[in-house]
Amino acid sequence: MATLDKLQAKFPGAFTTSSFRDNVRVLVNAAKAPTVLFLLLKFLKEECGFDMLTELGGIDYLNYPNATDRYCVVYGLTNTATGERLWVKAFANDPDPELPSVVELWNGANWMEREVYDMYGVRFTGHPDLRRILLPAEFTAFPLRKDYPLRGYGERHNFPIVTRAES
Amino acid sequence: MALTNLLPDFMVTKLDALASLLRKHSLWPMPFATACCGIELMATASSRYDIARFGAEAMRFSPRQCDVMIVAGRVVMKMVPVMQRIWLQMPEPKWCISMGACASSGGVFDTYAVVQGIDRFIPVDVYVPGCPPRPEQLIRAVLDLQEKVQKTGTIDAREFADRTTYEGPTPLARELAPEQAIVAPGDYRTATRLRPLPLA
Repeated sequence: MATLDKLQAKFPGAFTTSSFRDNVRVLVNAAKAPTVLFLLLKFLKEECGFDMLTELGGIDYLNYPNATDRYCVVYGLTNTATGERLWVKAFANDPDPELPSVVELWNGANWMEREVYDMYGVRFTGHPDLRRILLPAEFTAFPLRKDYPLRGYGERHNFPIVTRAES
Repeated sequence: MALTNLLPDFMVTKLDALASLLRKHSLWPMPFATACCGIELMATASSRYDIARFGAEAMRFSPRQCDVMIVAGRVVMKMVPVMQRIWLQMPEPKWCISMGACASSGGVFDTYAVVQGIDRFIPVDVYVPGCPPRPEQLIRAVLDLQEKVQKTGTIDAREFADRTTYEGPTPLARELAPEQAIVAPGDYRTATRLRPLPLA
């Protein structure tokens, strides 16, 4: 893939690659991601023609076999001229998982980064409005983390009871 | 003999009973439909099932104009304050039908966000089982509610003022501690459960 050669020349040693069938992934580990990720995505957008952010999602690799970093944010990119696709996976770790925000590059990343923050607690530095998007604002946990119990910590029972007499 | 002549002309009753008789045949539902039960609720209002035969066809989307709230579908924790507010906005006397397994007990959604039965947070008069219930079941619930209105209704809602205690189910006998909650250990490579992991 010509793009990978260009990327390798621009950011030598900053990432590894892997592929599955026609999926090509660029993996940026937790040590490099805070400094490299934004520049890498900017290069892909402006120099390589990957102008569309198709998807942005999170993964928790806790207890995953052979995983080295815990959190992962996946950026699915599409080149709208050629139809090529590329996946960029950036990693982050406890206790403060942080990655640079890409809202500057793609405005559509705004709500998707908020959702990843809501569910996994990955903070995006430089995000204009990093609040919870799906869960109530007073929620404190991050429910899609693997160590969060399925039934929660009792948040669903934490409401006042309205009786007949007072309604 | 004189009495039989008089019979068609008058009836002795209590004002409460008369008010209840009139009230029970014009229940105005507030459709609080959040999921697929809402589709059955709409079907119940259609001409095939025709809830108008029982006087409950006037669905109003303003709680100020309703007598009975029909909670149809699962209620998540973000929706509970909304539901309670709508319930509080309805004028007395008012009733509540919990329609479907999810509204009554949480159904299959035993997760952190889904309330395990709306009766934990608001009073409920009639429960309708089913997933989703057939329209006939909802009509049965309306008939049961009519019976309840006839038996307990008053013109100034005295029976509500007397009920000061919580009537819902007791809280879960034992809420699982977080460390006891079951998070199924899976083999993420094959998406199957509980294969012994060390393969080597």
